Amino acid sequence: MPEPALELRDLSVRYGAVEAVRGLSLVAERGEVVGLIGPNGAGKSSTLHAIMGVVRAAGGEILVNGASVRGRRPEAVARRGIALVPEGRRIFADLTVEENLRLGLAGRASREGVDDDLTWIYSLFPVVQEFRKRTAGALSGGQQQQLAIARALVARPDVLLLDEPSLGLAPTIVDAVFEALAAIRERGVTALLVEQRAQRTVAFADRTYLIANGELRLTLTPEQADDTSTMVAAYLS
Amino acid sequence: MILGAITWQALADGLGLGAIYALMAVGIGLVFGVLRLVNFAYGQLIMAGAFALAVAAERGWPRWAGIALCFGVVLTLSFAMERLVFRPLRAHSPAVMLVATFAVAFLLQSIALLWFGPLGKIASSLAELNQPVTIGDVDVRKITIVSIVAAVACLVSLLLLLGRTSIGLHMRAAAMDFQTARMIGVDANRVIGAAVLVSGLLAGVVAVMLTVQTPLVTPDFALRDTIVVLAGVVLGGMNRLLTATLGGFAIGFVSGVLGGALPTDQSQYLPSFLFVAVILVLLVRPGGLFARGRDAAVQRV
Repeated sequence: MPEPALELRDLSVRYGAVEAVRGLSLVAERGEVVGLIGPNGAGKSSTLHAIMGVVRAAGGEILVNGASVRGRRPEAVARRGIALVPEGRRIFADLTVEENLRLGLAGRASREGVDDDLTWIYSLFPVVQEFRKRTAGALSGGQQQQLAIARALVARPDVLLLDEPSLGLAPTIVDAVFEALAAIRERGVTALLVEQRAQRTVAFADRTYLIANGELRLTLTPEQADDTSTMVAAYLS
Repeated sequence: MILGAITWQALADGLGLGAIYALMAVGIGLVFGVLRLVNFAYGQLIMAGAFALAVAAERGWPRWAGIALCFGVVLTLSFAMERLVFRPLRAHSPAVMLVATFAVAFLLQSIALLWFGPLGKIASSLAELNQPVTIGDVDVRKITIVSIVAAVACLVSLLLLLGRTSIGLHMRAAAMDFQTARMIGVDANRVIGAAVLVSGLLAGVVAVMLTVQTPLVTPDFALRDTIVVLAGVVLGGMNRLLTATLGGFAIGFVSGVLGGALPTDQSQYLPSFLFVAVILVLLVRPGGLFARGRDAAVQRV
């Protein structure tokens, strides 16, 4: 059996005396979309930042395709096949859309197949192709989100980490983002989706982990998407 | 009255000095862009290069060997500074790094004082570039023309590097948001190394130009120029390389023109006048003279 694309074993993250993530374990098998939900301050973004090497993991293990990336620099993690779509998009506003996409190549292991990937990415996000000569800062919020996902996909990642990709977007744009995620899933890309939209995430993901106060509370399947009372209880626990 | 005293000669001198200061501003701005660090030791890099030229001249080395030694010394010191100071300290606060560059500046100056003494040395190998050439009715020193050509060549090369190459794109991205750049795979050490390399190369060019203008090389060589350029960089707007460069050029140009136009007993007050002007401009445009849009907005406390 192949190693999981991403596995966290007993991960802990601390900011000084505050323990943001406590003994979190989760698995994303290849090609799976795994959700990570929880209230504000639950430790979702801290988990992603620990995976990316932006914050140091205080304990536990972070495995990508079976190899540890714990303690590695962010750029080294990116080059191991992890691409992050950060919260708030964080596109490079003064660069053109095309230059933002070219930056995605920095995390790509090989230039082979770039043109094919770009064709697919442009079909996924036509607006990115249409506005590729524009300054990225001139795009709307939804367009910037599409660019942020497109930039991550240029790296041809094994694992895509998405930090609240629907945050602050209009409902129609949120639908477009989830449609794009469905297409990304069909392509076989493993994804860890951090979201505030709990019900939608549980329905969409193959499996969803609910965390609160840095600890795993529940593991949910799509069939449990309507079980809001259980989710609310776990949120408030 | 001052305007009446400005001659074509003074304007040419201003352009020459502006060109040199623009290069210094780029050198400082590049490192600031990726490290958010004002390298106060930049002037001492130039001083070290100038001493290399002086030593080569003293030993009768050919000009090319002196220039090669100058670039060798400046680049070696730049990389040593990056490896021994910037890299280990870059996760620390800006204040720590700032103080560290002060320490490096004083260290290099003290070493120069110990090795070469307070009277310094003469770098004379390129002195003939001070000879004038006549263009129309105006006598222009060769070094003025060389400085302008060198600055244009360096700036065009830099534009090509930043605009047309992967490492240039990575440097621009890192200057905007280093953490995000790293998270998408941009190699921090490579980007900082490239910025330090280009900054060092520019310091080498400036060392050559300044030793022609001022052949007496002392341990405080280029110190005043660096302070004036730093004021120019802040004046132009530190957050962008273009505005920082324009600021450097502007203060060099004004400094050169007024220095040429004012009588000697008045030109000694020129630095004071410049700094007062910088403060006045920043009171009106705190983001910098050339900053636009959100860069021009500065939070007041």
